[in-house]
Amino acid sequence: MKFKQSSVLPGFNLALGYSLLYLSLIVLLPLTALFAKTMGLDWATFWAIVTEPRVVATYKVTFGASLIAALINLFVGMLIAWVLVRYPFPGKRFIDALVDLPFALPTAVAGIALATLYAPNGLMGEPLDKLGIKVAFTPLGIVLALTFITLPFVVRTVQPVLEDMERELEEAASSLGATRWQIFSKVILPTIFPALLTGFTLAFARAIGEFGSVIFIAGNMPFKSEITPLMIISKLEQYDYMGATAIAVVMLLVSFGLLLLINGLQWWMAKRLGRRK
Amino acid sequence: MSTAINNLNNKVVTTESAWVRYLLTGLALLLIAILLIVPLLSVFYEALHQGWGLYKDALIESDALSAIQLTLIVAAISLPLNLVFGVAAAWAIAKFDFKGKSILVTLIDLPFAVSPVVAGLIYVLLFGAHGWWGAWLMDNDIKIIFAVPGIVLATVFVTFPFVARELIPLMEAQGSDEEQAALVLGASGWQTFWHVTLPNIKWGLLYGVILANARAMGEFGAVSVISGHIRGMTNTIPLHVEILYNEYNFVAAFACASILALLALLTLALKSYVEWRTEQQAIEDRKHAIEAV
Repeated sequence: MKFKQSSVLPGFNLALGYSLLYLSLIVLLPLTALFAKTMGLDWATFWAIVTEPRVVATYKVTFGASLIAALINLFVGMLIAWVLVRYPFPGKRFIDALVDLPFALPTAVAGIALATLYAPNGLMGEPLDKLGIKVAFTPLGIVLALTFITLPFVVRTVQPVLEDMERELEEAASSLGATRWQIFSKVILPTIFPALLTGFTLAFARAIGEFGSVIFIAGNMPFKSEITPLMIISKLEQYDYMGATAIAVVMLLVSFGLLLLINGLQWWMAKRLGRRK
Repeated sequence: MSTAINNLNNKVVTTESAWVRYLLTGLALLLIAILLIVPLLSVFYEALHQGWGLYKDALIESDALSAIQLTLIVAAISLPLNLVFGVAAAWAIAKFDFKGKSILVTLIDLPFAVSPVVAGLIYVLLFGAHGWWGAWLMDNDIKIIFAVPGIVLATVFVTFPFVARELIPLMEAQGSDEEQAALVLGASGWQTFWHVTLPNIKWGLLYGVILANARAMGEFGAVSVISGHIRGMTNTIPLHVEILYNEYNFVAAFACASILALLALLTLALKSYVEWRTEQQAIEDRKHAIEAV
């Protein structure tokens, strides 16, 4: 096969050449610099940096909180998508648009708003404090911030699939004697499952790298509520470039893995939905 | 029209009993209220609860003004760069078949997968004092890190995919029949692009730009690593908010944050408008297609 299929349209060389040049300069070259920098470290030193107890504690906090937040949004997102697609209620267009707020609102703004609301003297924090639940400056606060920031993912992946679902399937299941719950668990859930999984993974991937919304509410206590991106920054502030780079490489490898997983999931989803048509 | 069809389909067998519907709708709205609406309103409440005077003072203070100015400059430089790239990449990917296309699409999405902090760090490693080109830059007295060029670079990185990923599926769906017709009728490549392709993709383009703009003006992590937080010099609005907040100057912090919250609301409104226009256009196109048959 030739590199390119022939076409009457012009501009291929210019468009592709410019795209590749720009991509290389802005994205690929700087990322390569990061890996090249770690090459300056021998394996034992690299390993010692990335498995230092304080750093390992940040992985636990980051991955744990991201996983819980993504799980919460699996249910919350499915509920919101379901209600938006299936049930009529006043102000639906407005609520539908508002779901994207976490994508549009700068993370630092979300961070200070949540930190103030859930501080022990805040509007939400005070009643919770009386119940003995501390949110701000604890890992629970990190989960809250990550839940906010990743809320739209599951909604926006599940919503279109629910909209395209043929009601005839449900009618058929019902006429064959299935209860509403059976229809949900055996007909609807399997249909939206790939979308749920994709949304969950997208939310998890975003949560792992999140910084701005978390640092204000986390309290950033070593071994307790420090996240990995913050670790990179504190190493940088101590001019420990090697340390920062090594941890960044770990984060980057995790991100690459998740990106491949998401691509695979989307391919699977397209294949499943395509086959149904 | 689609709601009418939905209502027709809402026979008893394909929906839940009324109390389940009310319960689920109520629960969903309650969650949206707690998770989204309360935090949003609290930004405006915290900014304004000590009166307009303090609010206004926080916004016309010179560091705040220079932060606003810098944010606008950064967005004004980074958006056109990514816009041109997005159109070029979408043109190559959607209108032509070539080897390695899917790899290219994945690479374009890469910046979304990278943590903003890592995005800032990579430029520090290239241009910082200890970086690859740090010594050379210092000898030639060029400042990138802790200066505006670095902030622009980090912003370009985090907003890199927006326009491209909006245009690629759109242009793929539109195919290239219209462009081919224009070319056969004697239009030049540029004429075809300006008069045929661009009108077809304008709403998708605007959509991508709106989202990229929101991210560009609100980016925190990447810019925070690279800017050096020099007051009145390299502070964007989100960084200024952080400094004020850490100084316990909450009213001023929330006053500046409220501009960003307004920007977010404007973004959502514009986004909904563009989505609505796109829907309208799709309906129009379908009508024309039916008439043509």
